[in-house]
Amino acid sequence: MKLQIATRHALFAILELASQPDRQMSAAEIADKYALSPNHLAKVLRTLGRAGMVEASRGVGGGYRFCGNAKRMNLLDIIAIFEPIGPNAAGAREAGDDTREGQALRQVLNEIEDSTRATLSSITVDTMLKLVRRTPAPDAAPRKAASAR
Amino acid sequence: MPRQKAVPAAPSLIEHVTIGPVAADDLAHVTKLDARITGTAKPDYWNRLFEAARADPRTQVFLVARREARLIGFIVGEIRAWEFGSAPCGWIFAIAVEPDIRLKSIGSGLFEAVCSRFRDAGVTRVRTMIARESQLILSFFRSQGMMAGPFVELEKDLDE
Repeated sequence: MKLQIATRHALFAILELASQPDRQMSAAEIADKYALSPNHLAKVLRTLGRAGMVEASRGVGGGYRFCGNAKRMNLLDIIAIFEPIGPNAAGAREAGDDTREGQALRQVLNEIEDSTRATLSSITVDTMLKLVRRTPAPDAAPRKAASAR
Repeated sequence: MPRQKAVPAAPSLIEHVTIGPVAADDLAHVTKLDARITGTAKPDYWNRLFEAARADPRTQVFLVARREARLIGFIVGEIRAWEFGSAPCGWIFAIAVEPDIRLKSIGSGLFEAVCSRFRDAGVTRVRTMIARESQLILSFFRSQGMMAGPFVELEKDLDE
């Protein structure tokens, strides 16, 4: 499974902000840690702000702060803002859907999508932060800023 | 179950909570609590698990959480060996906490207590199985550090 760039930006931003909920962080600060495009991240943060997941303050010392419930907000809540996941994403009909083969293929794909949705909706931000803490740091490697699409 | 004693719950639990083996007198409360949560009363099922835990407390674990005299939660597990080709591991069948007392680490305390029993019996892995749509309980087990394992559950409607 591959997530869109905006979705990955959003997940990293939420994890970073939720790991220090009392602290305000700038988009540049978060972008630097994850080697993200600051401009693209700023757009993503504005989207997260409109969704009520982060709040922004302007001026000196301003930045973003996590304002959700880390024990209730799950990965699917965040991802769904940026891209569709699962059966509901199928939406439009595709060629072959009206055949028995097409129906059988849809059953198999639905099984995969159901599993994906169940996994993403069962992992809260708080659980993800625990997982991060348990994960060993990878060997330091040169980073290159990702370019925004 | 002579080898199992009630112990004070972990420090993060609310005060006056103890976790220990189920007693015969608890079964009615267990049945009621489960029925309130699942909508189905299964007294025979809980009684069967109680008898199994009494007969073989090393591999069959049935623990309850009490706050003072009130039963506020329970967990049931078992050590199984070589089913599905798996080395011995602990399975958790059921966990429930009174809805009005959740988010106070009672479930975490029960989970840790059953894992402790499994560890004492020499088991190093714990498993469970949950319906995909049961997001709350799925999230709970995820929060305890559980991840998807190497097995895939398959089933078939026998009327097909």
